[in-house]
Amino acid sequence: MDFIFQPWAWYIGGPLIALSLFLYFYFGRDFGASTNFETLCTMAGAGKVSDYFKKDWKQRDFALLFVVGLIIGGFISSSYLIPNQTIDLNPTTVQELTDLGFSNVGNQYFPDEIFGDDIYTSLKGFLILIISGVLIGFGTRYAGGCTSGHAITGLSSLQLPSLLAVIGFFIGGIIATWLIIPLIF
Amino acid sequence: MMKNIKFLILGIFFAIVLSKSQAISWYRFYEMFKFQSFHMFGIIGGAVVISAIIMQLFKSGKIKDINGNKIVPKPKKKGFISTIFGGTLFGLGWGISGACAAPVFVILGFKLVPAIIILAGALLGAFLYGLISKKLPN
Repeated sequence: MDFIFQPWAWYIGGPLIALSLFLYFYFGRDFGASTNFETLCTMAGAGKVSDYFKKDWKQRDFALLFVVGLIIGGFISSSYLIPNQTIDLNPTTVQELTDLGFSNVGNQYFPDEIFGDDIYTSLKGFLILIISGVLIGFGTRYAGGCTSGHAITGLSSLQLPSLLAVIGFFIGGIIATWLIIPLIF
Repeated sequence: MMKNIKFLILGIFFAIVLSKSQAISWYRFYEMFKFQSFHMFGIIGGAVVISAIIMQLFKSGKIKDINGNKIVPKPKKKGFISTIFGGTLFGLGWGISGACAAPVFVILGFKLVPAIIILAGALLGAFLYGLISKKLPN
């Protein structure tokens, strides 16, 4: 039981992600997550505004069930499987973020500075999350995939567009963490 | 519907894997983009290497899907600007919020309201893309 409650090392997580990809393909579908943003738009009636969303969302019921599973799995994990969210961070990371004004760095999965109560009281806190969301939704659709679809499925099946997309992910992520985070905190 | 219930179970499993290996934590992605830790590179790199072997088994036909069909991953849409520039936009959102597409849904179970806001943004972003996709360069 001890194993269940301890954090899992990269050499456990990596292979189990590959196992998830394997099962997804074995069940007859292409592994990915970000197409669901589109499907949810279609379900919300976006087809009335743009032909782009005129699709039969029922054909993606398998992916929607996967999403429901992700949500349930998140609640199960946070409620029962992670008694301690402490992360063993590099001391440099801790120092850097502390200098930027982050508190309790690494004591939980999500920093209060971004995921805390600020979102109710400060426009900045709300904007950080919603703008990030828009970039995630727009970017994954423009690029044609996310970490699951491009970085894992696309790279492992040796597809050139996925290599370009992953280079893009890192350009964006490096700009975000090296330039934007120090600018907004 | 019932035959797809396996995807629901797989979703639960995948969410637990991501949660337990800390691959949904804001700090883990911050560390990754600052090259201060091996953890996320190990997870993603490990997943890619093992998946590459699995893909070869699919390609050679040694493993078929549940219905006995050959497994062929769909080719990704091509386009230099769309993949690099779209990827960069996604990377910006990922780097700031620490959320990518699958984890957004998992994070609902950890930080409900912030995750709802990110998700609402993501749907808005996908909607905007749909509106202007024909005008964008590939």
